Amino acid sequence: MLAMDYRGPYRVRVDEKPMPKIEHPRDAIVRVTRSCICGSDLHLYHGLVPDTRVGMTFGHEFTGIVEEVGSAVGNLQAGDHVLVPFNIACGQCHFCKQGLFGNCHEANAQATAVGGIFGYSHTAGGYDGGQAEYVRVPYADFGPTVIPDWMDPDDAVLLTDVVPTGYQAAEMGGIKPGDTVVVFGAGPVGIMAARCAWLFGAGRVIVVDQLDYRLEFVKNYAPAEVYNFRELDDLVVFMKKTTDGLGADVCIDAVGNDAAGSALQTLFGKKLKLEAGSAIALHWAINSVKKGGVVSIVGVYGPTGNMVPIGNVVNKGLTIRANQASVKRLLPKLIDHVREGRLNPKALITHKVPLEDIADAYHIFSAKLDGCIKPVLVPNGA
Amino acid sequence: MDTAIKPVPTDTSRIPGWGIDADPENDPTYPYRDRSRDDGLAMNWERPSQQDPDVEILTSIEHNRLPAVVGTSTPPSGLSGVIRRQAFRYSESNWWHWLMLMGADRINVVEGVLQDLGRGKIPNIPAEMGIRSELRYNKRGLAKKVAVAAALSAVLIVLSRRGGKEEDAGPAGQGGPDLPA
Repeated sequence: MLAMDYRGPYRVRVDEKPMPKIEHPRDAIVRVTRSCICGSDLHLYHGLVPDTRVGMTFGHEFTGIVEEVGSAVGNLQAGDHVLVPFNIACGQCHFCKQGLFGNCHEANAQATAVGGIFGYSHTAGGYDGGQAEYVRVPYADFGPTVIPDWMDPDDAVLLTDVVPTGYQAAEMGGIKPGDTVVVFGAGPVGIMAARCAWLFGAGRVIVVDQLDYRLEFVKNYAPAEVYNFRELDDLVVFMKKTTDGLGADVCIDAVGNDAAGSALQTLFGKKLKLEAGSAIALHWAINSVKKGGVVSIVGVYGPTGNMVPIGNVVNKGLTIRANQASVKRLLPKLIDHVREGRLNPKALITHKVPLEDIADAYHIFSAKLDGCIKPVLVPNGA
Repeated sequence: MDTAIKPVPTDTSRIPGWGIDADPENDPTYPYRDRSRDDGLAMNWERPSQQDPDVEILTSIEHNRLPAVVGTSTPPSGLSGVIRRQAFRYSESNWWHWLMLMGADRINVVEGVLQDLGRGKIPNIPAEMGIRSELRYNKRGLAKKVAVAAALSAVLIVLSRRGGKEEDAGPAGQGGPDLPA
């Protein structure tokens, strides 16, 4: 079968690889119909995530048709078209029992701090991902959800990560009616977080980024006030000035460790790797939120440490809430929001690319070419 | 193998006021952690059956046992594999663990090129880096990168030639007078 093949930072290609096989009674083999490149895949692509091995196949946002199931999978059958949450979760461990499906304890040998994630380095379990024609899906009796007949597959594939992550970013903000919410990052997750902030009753939603085309998109899509931080003398001062000197009620970091905006963070985090990437978005979030406010983090950071003003977190009495999205927990509500037209995920898709052209798709997304917001790979025959 | 260390129990009935201020409303993890389904602090659950992997799985020493299901992509191999095995002697809390893994990742890139060459395949690195899309959507940027690379190469060539000439002239110029006639 054809599958994405990571060859090193900024280098990927498609190669012929062996077909995946059932390795556990709860496995399924899925023929991929859609597979996104996620903003967090770019952290792998840029060489920022430890234990990213040459030869691995990325891809944690995918839909597909069930080809084969293990002996313990009773709720799926060959031919079912499923969306597969990016979290690999057993559904029965100490954490899954509490709905923490992004923190399953039975899916990642290499790290206890990280749950199992498809195609996201060995730090997230060492599973090949869905940027391929076929993929092994562990715990298939728990994770995958059959796509409703009425749902567009392009909406379905975004329900595997982007929508739940954006939604949970807003949910973790504990937004109260009338709150001012600032979202850092106008990537797909930031855009969705801004859209979802309204569902929780936000009174004002502001999005910050450096790319005008993305700000223009989210300005209409969310809708939101938008600001390009490159055009501001001091982003934090601006946020204070526009909130009566108090700061925002809720700040959401939807950027993570690849953030632009600070030469020092870029040097230490991205070039010298002395910290787990650049944390300038989180730095700004902490300093832009009001005292007693909430900072919600869904941006991906590496497992070591980052330079952030933790003293301000204490002195301002902030609440920091963060997690990988618990996709399975949120899916029923989000499917309902899509059905009722409250959320329109597929509007984020700007590029549909054959799997064979994956190197170009990664480069377009990484270099922000051709107005790219969300690229989706469509494997042959899908 | 289970490496769990048993907890030292405390008799809470002997602690004055134990639990008197407990407030179920004080839950910063609501709603994403559903404590109503938590079995207290019980660490035991009905585990899924254990996968028997047919490749080497490096396991965090913070685990008491191998998780029931594991990923079997790209097992450790070569020099990078040796370094990865050493890295897994340290915990996730230890900086060395991650630095060694990052180092192994970089060595692995070289191993990947050698692996390609060993199979008679010359990796098309420009294509792997998406040169086609760069040509299509970012001609100006590509031209800039090529110009910068050409300028840097020219500077390096000039410097190396100059260095070479000085090397040729150096010993004669410095040592000339001392040489026997």
